[in-house]
Amino acid sequence: MNRELLACPECDLLQHIPAPRPRKALCARCGAVLYRGGSGLERTLALTLTALVLLALANAFPILTLELQDERTTATLAGAAAALWSQNMPLVALLVLFMALAMPLAELTALAYLLVPLARGARAPGFAAVFRLLQFASRWGTVEVFVLGSLVALVKLGHVASVEPGIALGSYGALMLVMAAIEASFEPRELWARASFA
Amino acid sequence: MGARLVRVSAAAERGLFSCGTCGLVSRAPAAPGAACPRCHTRLAFRKPRSIAHCWAYLVAAMALYVPANTLPIMYTSSLFGSSEDTILSGVLYLWDSGSWYLALIVFAASIVVPLAKIIALAALAASVQFGWGSRRAERARLYRLVESIGRWSMLDIFVVALLVALVQLTALAAVRAGPAAPAFGAVVVLTMAAAQSFDPRLIWDDERR
Repeated sequence: MNRELLACPECDLLQHIPAPRPRKALCARCGAVLYRGGSGLERTLALTLTALVLLALANAFPILTLELQDERTTATLAGAAAALWSQNMPLVALLVLFMALAMPLAELTALAYLLVPLARGARAPGFAAVFRLLQFASRWGTVEVFVLGSLVALVKLGHVASVEPGIALGSYGALMLVMAAIEASFEPRELWARASFA
Repeated sequence: MGARLVRVSAAAERGLFSCGTCGLVSRAPAAPGAACPRCHTRLAFRKPRSIAHCWAYLVAAMALYVPANTLPIMYTSSLFGSSEDTILSGVLYLWDSGSWYLALIVFAASIVVPLAKIIALAALAASVQFGWGSRRAERARLYRLVESIGRWSMLDIFVVALLVALVQLTALAAVRAGPAAPAFGAVVVLTMAAAQSFDPRLIWDDERR
């Protein structure tokens, strides 16, 4: 157990992780990150639960509010998808929902599903399948892009009308930061090592 | 910077599988349908038919890149008349209205990134197919870059979605999404799928030591 063998996921080079483990290890051949160290599964779990609350807030309140001649309209993510759907753009509507809501939600839910039982020493049923869902969802979720898109929309419309950022824009911004923190703190090898003993 | 580790040799050369799900290195039986002993994921030395899948996604993305950039992505109508915007004219509008920094970001995310991604992935796929032996480390870095920036192309779709939602209900103006929107969305999905189907380990497979 003291010298763990691993293969680089990006070039397949076999390497030993020396004991004691370095904080972070790069592949000797292609430079890919092999091991990030992470800051512990408990911290990842705490960040995940925070992110779930932020995601709920981000979808309960308006992202942008427009005021034009006494008329007020607000845009939520679901509202944006509904508007696209009503304009005969169902695929675009689904793509927006998929990348800005469904995939971040799947990523966070999967993390919580794996980490909550593990904190009590139990391995959740369907562990590997849920982990694969997590891998897929983290590649397809685009919270940070959505935040930037909201800012562009805010500025673009701000030239011709009075637009205000809503609570959800702040929530999405905070969610973006917390999800970046999750990525930095989560080390999958640690998850699998713990799950093998659970 | 992290520590660089002592190198051994490629796992596949020694008949070892590395699991794409849990990362475990194992010597599984050579029978078809080998599974990881720790997480039971189906094992393969390399992603099956990686290059063929990558080309298929790329060709589809190239075909859709044309309508995505030439057709209107947004129609705007107001009391003062109506107009239509392509992705490029939306960028020029931002530039002219003084938001040059946002214009540069949208230009990079919507026009440069998809095109650069298609060219880079085509070059990577060709380099593996024809067995180019040089610049492996640079190609590996190029692949990592392509994989990490691809998602930013969604930017304009999100902008259009929010503008449509905000301005559809007012009596004074209306914004509708144009036919470039689904084409552009498809380009984003196809290029991301192309990047994920490409197996970067193929870059190193014929390296001589």
